[in-house]
Amino acid sequence: MIRRIGIALVAVWALAAIGAPPVAPHAVDARFPGLLNAPPSRLTHAGARVAIHPWRLVNQLEQRYELDASQTIDLRWFADGRLVVSSDETRAPLLLLGTDSYGRDVFTRLLFGARTSLALALVSALGAMLVGAGAGGIAGYAGGALDDVLMRTSDLVMVLPAMYVALALRAVMPLVLPAPTVFALLASIFAIVGAPFIARGVRAIVRSERQLDYAIAAEALGASGARLLLRHLLPAARGYIAVQLTLLVPAFIVAEATLSYVGLGFPDPIASWGTMLHEASTNVRVFADFPWLLSPAAAMFLVVLGLNLALEGRRTSGLESLR
Amino acid sequence: MRGYILRRLAFALFLIVAVSSASLLLTELAPGDAALAKLGPEAHPDEIARARERYGLNRSIGAQYADWVSHAVRFDFGRSILYDRPVADLIPERAANTAILAVTALAIATLVGLPLGIVSGSRRGGLLAHAIRTVSVVLLSMPPLLTSLFLVFLAARTGWLPIAGMRSAGVPPGGALADLARHLVVPALAIALPLAAMFERLQAQAMREAIAQPFVVATLARGVSRRRVVWRDALKVAVRPVAAVYGLVVGTLLSGSFAVEVITAWPGLGRLMLDALSARDIYLVAGCAGMGSVFLACATLASDLALAAVDPRVRE
Repeated sequence: MIRRIGIALVAVWALAAIGAPPVAPHAVDARFPGLLNAPPSRLTHAGARVAIHPWRLVNQLEQRYELDASQTIDLRWFADGRLVVSSDETRAPLLLLGTDSYGRDVFTRLLFGARTSLALALVSALGAMLVGAGAGGIAGYAGGALDDVLMRTSDLVMVLPAMYVALALRAVMPLVLPAPTVFALLASIFAIVGAPFIARGVRAIVRSERQLDYAIAAEALGASGARLLLRHLLPAARGYIAVQLTLLVPAFIVAEATLSYVGLGFPDPIASWGTMLHEASTNVRVFADFPWLLSPAAAMFLVVLGLNLALEGRRTSGLESLR
Repeated sequence: MRGYILRRLAFALFLIVAVSSASLLLTELAPGDAALAKLGPEAHPDEIARARERYGLNRSIGAQYADWVSHAVRFDFGRSILYDRPVADLIPERAANTAILAVTALAIATLVGLPLGIVSGSRRGGLLAHAIRTVSVVLLSMPPLLTSLFLVFLAARTGWLPIAGMRSAGVPPGGALADLARHLVVPALAIALPLAAMFERLQAQAMREAIAQPFVVATLARGVSRRRVVWRDALKVAVRPVAAVYGLVVGTLLSGSFAVEVITAWPGLGRLMLDALSARDIYLVAGCAGMGSVFLACATLASDLALAAVDPRVRE
């Protein structure tokens, strides 16, 4: 039951990320210049229909808004190729989670940010799996000096604080890069940092599986080393790898957010959960005045919680998810 | 036992040398350098060339590295270009700040997490065990980045606690120590909460496994009280797997403290390292990384010794 809730939580976010363009009420970079840091639209009803009231700016300096209850603006469903939009975009756009300091819709950016953040975490985790399973498999299969070198290296990487390794590797590259380059760069850095966690366990599994009858039989039948490893030994580590991946994905989501928060992540127009927090972070007091700007943090929490619940009872330690 | 300690000492030393050297060389290889970062892109090329010469940045990587090593063994870690001060003056204060934060967080996490883990791990069901477990799973899903944002938000909304920095300006009411303690609450809790949850989960798991062992049943059958069995006999076995992860926890602690230091403006090593990396201040980067690895080395050493103390099998 608990695991189902977890899987459902993750699935909802995955669907939201995939379906961002039609679900989001606005374009990702659409700005509403008169509505900087505006609060979320309060939903009301006009007869049987759902509607919203416009926001009226009452204090330009503090960016305080008041609800203009005298006007009601209907919502339009399945219009303009979107799920739901306001019928009068200029007077009262639909802002489910308010706007940021540029007047952009936070809900829209949250959905598009989910694409960036989740895709990066997923690609990084797959990269870590390839590198980790490869290195671990070879180390466990070959043994000897190669095994020693690979495992000592991964021990060293595991002892180091992962965040600092990622920070150092990211910071030595040019600080401002185009978005696709940042994506590839972060994905490879995360893959390197995450790989040892997979390599350790895979090596142990491959080593012990090698002694078993089926592996010996395959070898006696003339299977080559590569075939033995890929066809017989690595599949035995499937369950372990799956659990490790579920632990690495949240770690990577948070790592992206941390790097973006300090300004080493994606460049400005790209929405990711980290860059959204970064834009609001000029002064932490901003979060107290405009709490809806914290919604990327809430989104991260829900995804990580979902993955943790999906793993309930299967995890061996919580260490990885914290790194 | 002596061989074991010597081996771990050698590893600790290797860790410090490798990490500081690697970070120095990495920053050296990075595009752009400190002279450019300090003077800005509009500076005259001659001016930049002069600055490079002054800081010794125009030499080859090998020469710079050899120079740094020969000075570092005499405890001279070079001069920060960003702050124009010796690195050895800059690091200790920042390192102490990070240490205050990390040690407080570790202490809170241990004192809260382990006893709760023993309680929830030794009960099969019941409201208390369930409640502890639920809170843990929720907190485990809030890494320090999220807890610190959340706590800062709470502190700013309620005004109960300072949200940034380490000290108030001027003379604080109640003395400097009380002021520091008030500033410490948010960042320390931000690191400690998820860590405590992790300790609780680990300890609970270890406790469950320990209790399932025959010797526990035998002790109970002999009429020893439940409380005594859990807190003395089973705990002796259950503490081992937890002790084994303490060495790795320090890495987690430093990783977590980076995000927290940046968000709560705690003047620690993490913030300094970030500034040094962005400014391509190679000696300061190497100094920060070296200091961080000293923390790491001391902590792994301490955890190795602790592990050897509770688990005789490790000593071989």
